Amino acid sequence: MKNRYDIIIIGSGIVGSLIARYLSRYELDILVIEKEIDVGMCPSSANSAIIHAGYDPMPGTLKAEMNVEGNRLWHELAVELGIVFSQTGSLVVALADEDMCKISELYERGMDNGVTGMAIIDREELIRREPRINPQARAALWAPSAAVLDPFGAVLAAAENAVMNGVTYMFETKFEDFIFEGNRIIGVKTDKGDLFCRWAVNSAGLYSDEVAHKAGILRDMKITPRKGCYLIFDPEKITLNNVIFPVPSEKGKGILASTTTHGNVLIGPNNEECSDKEDISTTASGFEEVFSGAKKLVPSLELKNVIAQYSGIRATEREKKDFIIDIPPQVKGFVNLCAIDSPGFASSPAIALEVIELLKDAGEVLKEKSGWDPVRKPFPHFHRMSLEERTELVRKNPAYGRIVCRCEEVTEGEVLDAIHSPVPARTYDGIKRRTWLGTGRCQGAFDYPRVIQILAKELNIPEAEVTKKGRGSELIFRKTKI
Amino acid sequence: MKNVYDVIVIGAGPAGLAAAIEAKKNGAGDVLIIERNDEPGGILLQCIHNGFGSVIFKKDLPGPAYAWNFIDEAQKAGIEMLFDTMVLDITHDRNIYATSKAGFSEFKAGAVVLAMGCRERTRAQIRIPGDRPAGVFTAGMVQRLVNVDGLMPGKNFVILGSGDIGMIMARRLTIEGASVIKVVELMPYLTGLRRNYVQCLQDFNIPLNLSTTINRIIGKKRVEAVETIRVDANMVPVAGTQEMIPCDSLLLSVGLIPENELSKKAGVNIDALTAGPVVDENMATNVPGIYAAGNVAAIYDLVDYVTKAGFLAGKNAALFARGISKPALNFISLKPGKDIRNVMPQKISAEAQTGGLFPVEMRVTREFHESAAIEIVEGDKVLLTEKVRYARPAEMLTTTVNGRELMAKVNKDTKELIVRITG
Repeated sequence: MKNRYDIIIIGSGIVGSLIARYLSRYELDILVIEKEIDVGMCPSSANSAIIHAGYDPMPGTLKAEMNVEGNRLWHELAVELGIVFSQTGSLVVALADEDMCKISELYERGMDNGVTGMAIIDREELIRREPRINPQARAALWAPSAAVLDPFGAVLAAAENAVMNGVTYMFETKFEDFIFEGNRIIGVKTDKGDLFCRWAVNSAGLYSDEVAHKAGILRDMKITPRKGCYLIFDPEKITLNNVIFPVPSEKGKGILASTTTHGNVLIGPNNEECSDKEDISTTASGFEEVFSGAKKLVPSLELKNVIAQYSGIRATEREKKDFIIDIPPQVKGFVNLCAIDSPGFASSPAIALEVIELLKDAGEVLKEKSGWDPVRKPFPHFHRMSLEERTELVRKNPAYGRIVCRCEEVTEGEVLDAIHSPVPARTYDGIKRRTWLGTGRCQGAFDYPRVIQILAKELNIPEAEVTKKGRGSELIFRKTKI
Repeated sequence: MKNVYDVIVIGAGPAGLAAAIEAKKNGAGDVLIIERNDEPGGILLQCIHNGFGSVIFKKDLPGPAYAWNFIDEAQKAGIEMLFDTMVLDITHDRNIYATSKAGFSEFKAGAVVLAMGCRERTRAQIRIPGDRPAGVFTAGMVQRLVNVDGLMPGKNFVILGSGDIGMIMARRLTIEGASVIKVVELMPYLTGLRRNYVQCLQDFNIPLNLSTTINRIIGKKRVEAVETIRVDANMVPVAGTQEMIPCDSLLLSVGLIPENELSKKAGVNIDALTAGPVVDENMATNVPGIYAAGNVAAIYDLVDYVTKAGFLAGKNAALFARGISKPALNFISLKPGKDIRNVMPQKISAEAQTGGLFPVEMRVTREFHESAAIEIVEGDKVLLTEKVRYARPAEMLTTTVNGRELMAKVNKDTKELIVRITG
């Protein structure tokens, strides 16, 4: 097995996968190691799904710079990578008179940060843009450059494009320590063995502090996990046009109500302690807090129309409160990225390009390789296709004619695509994240037995080895008749 | 494969099979059933327990045997069936679009019977907090895995919900070698049939805790435990009554929801109380030529009544397709009164005065342990009354109404009748 690479990237979230994707342009042997069974299983897929405009971060911070630049880059990237991306714009709503100076402040901050197109709109205009907005709202900051996307879809697209261009991904491979030669990192120890590299990139998200400590730096820096839960509504019952925020507080951007690329209304997140970095449990108090918070913005929300819930964890660092992106002087061969919490997703393309600049500054000669293809075509989504497109698809492959998930109209063809993609789905959740199967009203009741059979057949494993999200989450114990 | 049919039925479960058979008997020439599963029978295929056919056949049959009576009859009658085919859209004027591995099909129907059945209420809809591990299932999902696919999805189960499906699965899982630790039920009463409590829980020594619900699910990858909690008379959790039960599976039997996404596409009006189409005494919806029967219209407890509703819908669909009947224009509303949750049909057409018998099906909101009386009233005036020995929310109540008799008593200016229960 090959164990020597030019660059090893630790963590396959949006930051790690975009670094891999942008670096795949050059003649480099690149490896991404990921402890989970799939890409982006941690904060990258459990967040608000918003590409922020960039008025929120304090001017002069890395967050401000990367957010605005990242927002700009996302438009082009979404087209290249075939990501569903909806430029909805965003609203920060003043619900009371005392909120008005806050939105003016955000406007000024946005101007300082280089955000374009913003305006403060009055109640009439606000109601015109979003009829469901609380009629008590006074005014809002309108930022047209904000957008929504499918976060997991974006990570997957970046990873697939990276793989298409020669990057290797190793899953279920957990970083344990660095291998040093003097003060130079020459490799990583993992639970699957030792791997060697000229550069190691820390994009380990929630665990980026622990990785940095293993590199011998930032021993006082700590990632404090803070959990936020979200509720998703039935799109048949309620839709919104915009991303809607309340005015921010010291705790953060607040509980928002947003539309998603899938047409659902998404509300959340709250901000609560969680016991550990793996604790993504939802809580009754979390639901209540999120619902009452969002109801201030959109009074017509009803709990009975909720069809799904999830929680995500923020990789929060409480001291500097800014991104840490650098090549530390004390350690050779190491690029360190820590505390990439909000607006991390929006910033990620800019962060990735910054990493490339840092490598160049450190003397790395990056030679472009011929045949690099920045374009990744998405797999077909039956649900979004016209009748003509669907007919053509089924003609080419009858598997696209058999519906496996009735609520979301997902076909067997798409399930097979997910299992055979360059970054393959090997679990029920992996298929769910790629195809939207099981995310609708029945939450998998119809598709479960069918998907278990398909996974068992395609992966050539017994049904008892099919998992929801990796080892330990098996769905079936045994056959009933031996 | 033709494209034009007199009657097209969506769903080959008991409602659909009955509708197709009766449509044929009433002169519909070409009848087609479109079914998304790879064989006919609907939910009955996974209901391998007894309890089916006591009314229609005077027998106690397992689900598949009950279904096969009708599948046989449908096949002999020359009813066509398409399997592994999903209807994606249906229009107001009865064009049907379906997809299968063979490609796309477009059909035109003289009349349509909606018989799509229902789906199960999910964990997310009742918002059980906690982790989201493997091992949280709805009862019907597990029933299919165990009874049809031959797969056992867990070892130690806790079941939420004392409805019939939950209790039947408690027995089924035990017989198949799993352990059912406990059944918990939010309500202060059993929500399924008494006989299932005896035959599934008592006989297998499975404890039932009423006024108890699941407070939290624990387990990062697979369920490791559930935390139960008692609730008070207002269904509010009582602090300090939490109890941790180690297990690897949580089975949810928390309600069924009629599956009407297609119905809405056709412009069919839905009754918020039944969650099914608003229908008249002929099972006709507001869209001319579109009928509904079975769990898609309202959740039934006894398949025999589903079959009867299917017969009614199928017969009327055929008469419409043949041009013998016309869409009704004038209706009297039938509304639920005191202690009645919902009623079907929700309206009675003026044509009922020349029609025959039809069922009025309802659910009560509370238990009536002594004899009670169902009444159909016009203002203060009781038009019809029928005594019942008892009434429970868990058991759909049916009374048979003679259309002619009823309409003869109704004032011609009356717009609304109320169905109520006194006891």
